[in-house]
Formats: sequence, structure tokens, C-alpha cells
Amino acid sequence: MTASLQILAQDGKPVRSVPELAPERMVELFEHMLHVRCVDQRMLKLQRAGRIGFVGTAKGLEASIIGSAAVLDHRDWLWSGLREGGAAVMRGLPLAEYVAQMYCNSNDTAKGRQMCNHFQHKGSNYPSWSSVIGTQIPHGVGAAFATKRRGEDAVHGIYFGDGATSSNGFHSGMNFAAVWKVPAVFVCVDNGWAISVSSSAQTCAESYADKAVAYGMPGVSVDGNDVLACYEATRSAAERARAGDGPTLVVLKTYRMLGHSSSDDPTRYRDDEEVESWAKRDPILRLERYLTDRGVLQKGAREATEKRLYAEIDAVVHEQEAAPRMALRTLVEDVYAETPRHLREQYNAFHAVVERRGEAEPGDGAFPL
Amino acid sequence: MDTTELLKVIEPDGATPGFDTDLSDAELVHCYRTMLAVRAFDDVCMKLQRAGRIGFSIPNKGIEATQVGAASAIDKTDFLFPSYRDFGMALYHRVPPVEMMHNMFGNELDSAHGRQMPVHFSFVDPIRLYSISSPIGTHIPHAVGAAHAFRLKGEDRVCLVSFGDGGTSSLGFHSGLNFAGVWKAPVVFLCQNNGWAISCPSEEQTASEGYAIKAKAYGMPGIVVDGNDLLAVRQATSDAVARARRGEGPTLIEARTFRMGGHSTSDDPTRYVPAELLEEWGRKDPVTRFQRYLEKEGIWTAKLEEQLTAEVSAEINAAAKVAEGTGQPGLETIFSDVYADLPTHLRKQGEFLFDLTARRGDAAAGDGAFPL
Amino acid sequence: MPTLTLLQAVNDGLKSVMRTDPDVLVFGEDVGLKGGVFLATEGLTNEFGKERCFDTPLSEDGIIGTAIGMAMNGLRPVAEIQFQDFIFPAFDQIVSEAAKLRYRSGGQYTAPMVIRTPYGGGIRGGLYHSQSGEAYFAHTAGLKVVIPSTPHDAKGLLIASIQDPDPVLFMEPKALYRSVKGEVPEDVYTVDLSTLRRVREGKDVTIFCYGAMVPVVEKAATQAAAKGIECTVVDLRTLLPLDEDGVLEAAKSTGRVVVVHEAPRFCGYGAEISALIAERCIEYMEAPVKRVTGFDTPFPNTLEHHYLPDDRRVLDAIEQTFEF
Repeated sequence: MTASLQILAQDGKPVRSVPELAPERMVELFEHMLHVRCVDQRMLKLQRAGRIGFVGTAKGLEASIIGSAAVLDHRDWLWSGLREGGAAVMRGLPLAEYVAQMYCNSNDTAKGRQMCNHFQHKGSNYPSWSSVIGTQIPHGVGAAFATKRRGEDAVHGIYFGDGATSSNGFHSGMNFAAVWKVPAVFVCVDNGWAISVSSSAQTCAESYADKAVAYGMPGVSVDGNDVLACYEATRSAAERARAGDGPTLVVLKTYRMLGHSSSDDPTRYRDDEEVESWAKRDPILRLERYLTDRGVLQKGAREATEKRLYAEIDAVVHEQEAAPRMALRTLVEDVYAETPRHLREQYNAFHAVVERRGEAEPGDGAFPL
Repeated sequence: MDTTELLKVIEPDGATPGFDTDLSDAELVHCYRTMLAVRAFDDVCMKLQRAGRIGFSIPNKGIEATQVGAASAIDKTDFLFPSYRDFGMALYHRVPPVEMMHNMFGNELDSAHGRQMPVHFSFVDPIRLYSISSPIGTHIPHAVGAAHAFRLKGEDRVCLVSFGDGGTSSLGFHSGLNFAGVWKAPVVFLCQNNGWAISCPSEEQTASEGYAIKAKAYGMPGIVVDGNDLLAVRQATSDAVARARRGEGPTLIEARTFRMGGHSTSDDPTRYVPAELLEEWGRKDPVTRFQRYLEKEGIWTAKLEEQLTAEVSAEINAAAKVAEGTGQPGLETIFSDVYADLPTHLRKQGEFLFDLTARRGDAAAGDGAFPL
Repeated sequence: MPTLTLLQAVNDGLKSVMRTDPDVLVFGEDVGLKGGVFLATEGLTNEFGKERCFDTPLSEDGIIGTAIGMAMNGLRPVAEIQFQDFIFPAFDQIVSEAAKLRYRSGGQYTAPMVIRTPYGGGIRGGLYHSQSGEAYFAHTAGLKVVIPSTPHDAKGLLIASIQDPDPVLFMEPKALYRSVKGEVPEDVYTVDLSTLRRVREGKDVTIFCYGAMVPVVEKAATQAAAKGIECTVVDLRTLLPLDEDGVLEAAKSTGRVVVVHEAPRFCGYGAEISALIAERCIEYMEAPVKRVTGFDTPFPNTLEHHYLPDDRRVLDAIEQTFEF
């Protein structure tokens, strides 16, 4: 159980049989991984320039996120943590909405109420995460219960990090899921660090996959920098879930190359050598080597793709910079299905002040009482 | 680490092939006497509750060997974090039954001043028995913290924390065991798998193969022991305690036993416990099993049993009588112990209550002056 | 029309709504074959099967967390927390998840669900089977907090809560479970949330209360009437969102106000009522607002009858509003 599943070695050579994926599909995965990296790069730049407030990057985790989420189809749900935004984009979240969320502007479907990097996409069953660790785990389990009860065959991919295995939601979610045999795949992206606590200091268990035993479900360890291994392990777990055989814990061992977020300085708590050793295991490069060896990718393809992606991202960023100001009424709307009188009164009092200052805009008007 | 094989010492007929106990005859008799005392205490409390003289009790029948076997493995300088179904742990360490009865009646001599429900004991002497709280599993991280403190202070004391099968689903279990594993805290986790979390059977509590296996998630050994076998529970707990004292960290012990009564006096288990199960476990009675062992060892005689039964019965009935005759806690105990010092707003509220109660002619308020 | 206890009315409410809406399911600790520790869910598993009324592992966080997911995915969960005292492991899921989901998703995801939980003293339950924690929750935007005091309201408010598009914390006064009886219609009916109930009309003093304190206040009002003081008694029924206009109207009608709850006083719900009156209709007041509440201490066991407000403490407060 503790030996990690690996399909591609770092030099791109297969060490065991490769999943049956069309070459075009593999190129798609490659491009999605590149996209994740390019988007991160741009977002970091915007953050440094003070245009957006916060970024939680996925650099180093691209294979884990893309490889695992690639098995979830349109019926399925993805319950995310901080770093699965790239999976949302792959599954249909328009990049414009992604960037709007990073700007928390008026185009943001969450109306700028969440902090940056908390994506949602209803169209692909991707609810947003609260910042509280592990809380989404029982949500995914409850939703999977509803799926099972209605006799539907959707699978719920429930994502969280190594630190979340210590959370309340992990314990109750895993336990309930196994007792109820719900169609869920628990994807633990063990990226080495819960902010500044290393994953080896988080628990005394021999491996994170061992934790599955406590709940009576299978647990598998996977090389999280090997996109094909991530794909294969999650595919087999999803198949099991869809067949009604219950949940699985899939642990993707990978490494967060940057800080926890743009507000974090990881050099305070970890060694450069460790980071360098993982830099040599770059997940994108690994797939690139494999695809190049097979002649699927031509020389220079990566640079061309990156160029194209950056151009697309920059265009979207440009567009989102120009978003109109957030409607003030969003302050009190969506607290309840109908905005109750006390909130309407509170808004009206606030609006009167805004109006007196001459800062009100059309559409900001008072609520009828 | 072996999580599957059930540790058992005493055969149903009382034989213990290949096993030598480290307990003296007197200590064995004390274990036996404690089990009889648990049963007597249980019986007396059930009768008091049925007669409406106390509000509530928790039946302990069936769990005696687990309680006493585990308690016998720790020293009185260790720290006990029991569940609310652990009469035997207090009695083994010679907490006077009358002290426990004061809690059952919630009277003025109750160490918690009648603030808690019955069976929620709290003692510091003759052993530190941590104040019991009703929410499940909350005491597990407390025990881990206390054990870690022992370790930090360089003391070789340990904590024994006891909880039920349902407790393994609690948040306290998850955080407690995880922290204990990471810290290598000198703590022994005793999961009393008595088959039922109120009405919830084990198969609805978890999909895992038993409870000891959960230890794997926290990187500690998990041991399964026959909970109706006093010597087996003692052995498993002693080993775990020794391991903790050596600084090798925590152990999870699952004692498989059966709750022969309801969850509490407010519960009707016939609604959900199959009668066959009760019969099956009735044949595995832990007291009878230990008695057969003592008989084989030439310690038990009918006369000894008669004498011990009479002793404990007299002691516990006398305790109940004394506790029932003890007055109610003073009104001021509503306000004391909320903080170390009485804040002004509580002083005002206390003065209000004493004044009001005195105006009603209720002697509880004395002359109406707030005594704090 | 059958006469039911409040407990039976809750049970009847659950059954009625489960018969008409197959998406409604009930779960929690011991709600299955045992029928709940107070028997509020008695017979549900037998009638609707283990699919729709079932026991969970012992984890309040799990109960509420999974209920949120079920609600997000089209079911109508009615989760039971065995005692309100045990709700705190789920506090995070209630306050930071269920209550905020609609807002944080811009209305895309919602958690229409009901959390039923018995609260309050009067059963010799000590610190952990007696608490009244409504103020913790009434402070939470996005949550609705409902407390019935009669069998009729218990059923009607419960059904309204289950049908409501937002998460509702439905706190049941366990002291009244078996002590109050009343006529309850057999069919499915609702009592509107955010409406108060005027229990008794009087021109001299207005008393605001809810839950288990309603009968206590009614008793005090009867005693006051014997002394020539006519009281208006208001059962707030929904603490959040509150019918503020109803409160102001009732306060203005007498100019004297007493607020009664068994929860501790400091930052208790009575403080909100007092502040509302101070802000919005102080000019109508003849005397300061009086609060009759539990003490600012944990809940005791043996002395709970001294802790809980009773009719005589309420009567004292009524009389004191004339001493200003």
C-alpha cells in the first residue's frame, strides 16, 4: 500500500503499461497542465503589481490536479480546495470567470464576496470552497449520498491537501462515506506542506493512504508528478465508485514549488535543496519528454503553446480590468433567498449615506420596504 | 503491531494455560471485589433511579472486566480520563463509594457541587480522575495534552483515556490520536467497544474492520482484547502503559465487550438490541469468568464471595443513605467557580437571587445575604 | 382535530411532510429504531424505511456537513442534533458553511435544510443537556432560528422550515415536549416564519418571550391580572429574521417591556430586543426594559429550579416596570 504507483519515470520513459489514452487526449492534458502554470504565472505577476490581492499557486501540482480531474466527466462533481482552479477551467469554467474571481469584480459569479482563488462553476458541478480546511469533505459525501439515493451514476471527486487529513471534515467525511458506501473519490493532494508544517510532521501514520484503513476503504499512493499515474489511479477509483462499490482514498504525492500563497515566504521554513530536488521532478517536463519521445509533440511545440496561452490570458485579464464597479446591493443580497426587511433597512440607511456623499450609481437605489 | 488477533487469557472455564499473572492473591481479590462493587453500585443506583430518588444513572453491567482490568494497570500517580460508564475505574483506585454517591445525588458534598448530572464524577484523590463531560470524545485531546505535559516535564506518568465505540467517530478521537502520534505522548487510548453507541450498532458506526485498526491512521499500535477477560485487559493495558512510560508513544486498545443494560436509565434497549445477542453475551459474563479463574487458582470460595458481596453491598447501601441524607448545595454554588474570582455582574445576580429567595421564605437563602 | 403534545406535533410534522415530499429525509444519532432520545422520530424508520430515516456515526460535524452536501444536491435533509449542547462540534459547518453558502456563491449554491435540536433546561440535565444557545446562532447572518412553544406552531413552523429555501435551526423546548398539549390539524400546513404570536392582550405591560418561557410568562401574566395589571404576551417564535415591526408595535402599545429567556443574560437575545426598543421607540417607553433571564453562569443541575426564570421572577419584573 505504501509503494507509490508510477507509470512514467522522470526521463519520460514508461516503467509500466501506459493507460489507453489517445495521443490527442495526452496532448490536451499536457496543454491543460501548461495552462495551469501560465495562469499562475500571470496571476502572480498581477498580484505583485497590486492588481489582485492573493494567489494560491499550483506550480508543481499540475499533474496531480489535471491527471486526477481528467477522469471526472460532465456528470461528476468536483469538491475543491485552494488549488484546483485549473481543473475547473479544464472542466468548463470560462477563463474570464476565473480571472473575474481573482479580481473579485462584478463579473465574478460569487459577486466578489470570497477572497481570491476561491472558484466555483455551477455548470461543471464545482462548488466553491470556504477557506476553512476540510469542510468541503462532508459536503461532497452528502452530495454523493444524494446522487446514490437518486440512482444516478455521477461520481464525486473530493479534493483536499495533506494538512486536511487532520481536520474534522476528513474524519467525519471519510467515516460517513464508507458507512454509506457513497460514490466518492477522496483525492488527497499531498503537496508536502500545510503552509509551513511539513506533511511528515502532520501525522505519524506511515503513509496518508494508510488512513483509509481506519474507515474501511481502499487507499492508494500515487506519484503525483506523474500525470498518467494520477489519471490511472483516479480512473480506477472512479470506476469503483460508479459501480457502487464505495469510496477510495487516492493520495497524490507531489510538491508545492512555491509558497502557500502570495503572502507566504517559504524560505523561512524549508530548505532549498528540498525544493531543488523536486524541481528535478517537474511534472510538465516529464509528460513533455514522454510525448516528445513518442513523436506526438514536435520540437518547439511547448513554446508555441505557451505563447498562445499567455496571449489568451492577457486578453482576458485586459477585459476583466475594465469590469464595472460592484453593485452595492450585493452587500445584503443572497444572505437569504429573499432579502429580509431588517437587511433592506440596513442597506437603505447605508445607501442614504452613499447618496449624500454623491457616490451612488444608478442601480444602487434603496429597497422598497 | 497486530490488529486482528484477539488477546485472551482466561478460558471460559477459568483456565489460563501458559499465563502467569503478576498480581498477588490480595490484588486479585481486590479486582474481584471491585467488580462485585461495580455491580452493587450499579444495582443500587438503578433502584434509586426507579424509585425517583436520583434522576439518572448509567448501567455498567457487562463492562466490569474492562474497567477494572484497565484501571489495575495504572498507578495512582497516573491520570485517568474515564467515560461516564467507568464505575470500576474509580472503585478500583479506592474512591470511596460515598464520594461517588454524593455525585449521584448532586448534593452539597458532591465534588462538583451538584452542577453535573449523575455519573459525571470528578476526583483528585486517591487518584486524579478527570471531570467527566457529556459530549462524546471531548476528553480525548485533553488526555493527550496532559500526557504531553508529563513528557515535557520529564515525569514518567501516563494518561489512560477511556471512551466507547461511538467515540471513535468524534472529532476528539481524530485530533487526539493524531496529536498523540505526532507528539509520541505517553497516553493509552482504551476504546470500550460495547457494541452500541446508544442505539447505533458498530456496523453503522464505521465500515472499518473493528476499531483497533484505526490506530494505523495515526501511526500507533492497535490491540484487540477480549473485554470480558480481566487479565487480558490488564495485560494489554500494562503493555501499553509500559510502552508509554518508555517514551515510545501511545497505543490504542480496543476491548470487545457488551453493554448488558440500556445506554442509561432513560433508554429502552429492547427497541433495538436483539435478544439473542443479550443471551449470547450473558453467557460470557465477565464476573463469572474471573470467578472461575480465581476458583482454579484456589482463591475463590463460596464463602469469600458471600463475604465480599455482603461487604460491598453494606458499604454501598450505607453510602447511598449518607448521600441521600446530605443537604443540597448552597445557592451560592450557582455563582462560584464560574471564574477564579467572582466578577461584579455575577455578584449582583447572586445578591438578586438570595434576596428573591429569602423574600419567598425559602430557607436556602438563609438571611438573604449573598455569602460570597 | 387531534390533541397532541408538542413532541407528537413534531413527530406528526415530520411524518406529514415526508409523506408528501420524497426528498425529505431525517437522520442523526439514534433517530432510527430507537426513535430519538425523546422519541421525536418514533415510527419514521418503520414507515419510511432506513433510506429516509437513519442513524449516523457519532459525529455532529459529519451530520451537518453531509446534510449541507445533500441539500446542495437536491435533497431536503432534516438533521437532528440529539441535544443542543452537542451542536458545537458542528458549529463551524452551521455558521461558516450552511449559513454562508448562498452568499459566498452569489446564489449559485444553497443549503435548504433544517437542524432540529432540543434545547433548554427543566429535565435535570446539568451543564450538557440544558443549554439555550440561541444567541450564538441568532448572531449568524444567513441562518434562520425558529423556536416553537405550542404543538400547533411546532408542526406548522417545522413544515415551513423544511419548505424554506434557507437553512433553519429549529430549536425545540424539551421542557415543553410533553407538558403542553393542543389541537393540531392533521394535514400539511405552515405557520409563516418571521411572524410573532400575540399570546395574550393587555394594555399595561408587554412581555416578549419564546420557547419554554412562554407558559411561564403566561402564568405570571395571569397572576399580574389578579393584581390589576394587564399584560400583552408575545411569543417571538422566529428569532432570526425577527418580526421587528411586530415587536415595536407590541412595545409601543403598552410602553412597558419585560423580556424573558432562560439563556444567560449577557449578550443574550433579550439584549437585542432591548436595543431595538431603545433605538426605535424609546419615546413610547414609560420605564426601562426589564430582563428576566438565566444567570451568567453555566447551567447547574441540582439547583436548576433556582437558575431557571419562573413565574414569580417574571411577576416581580412586571411590577418593577411600574416602580420607575
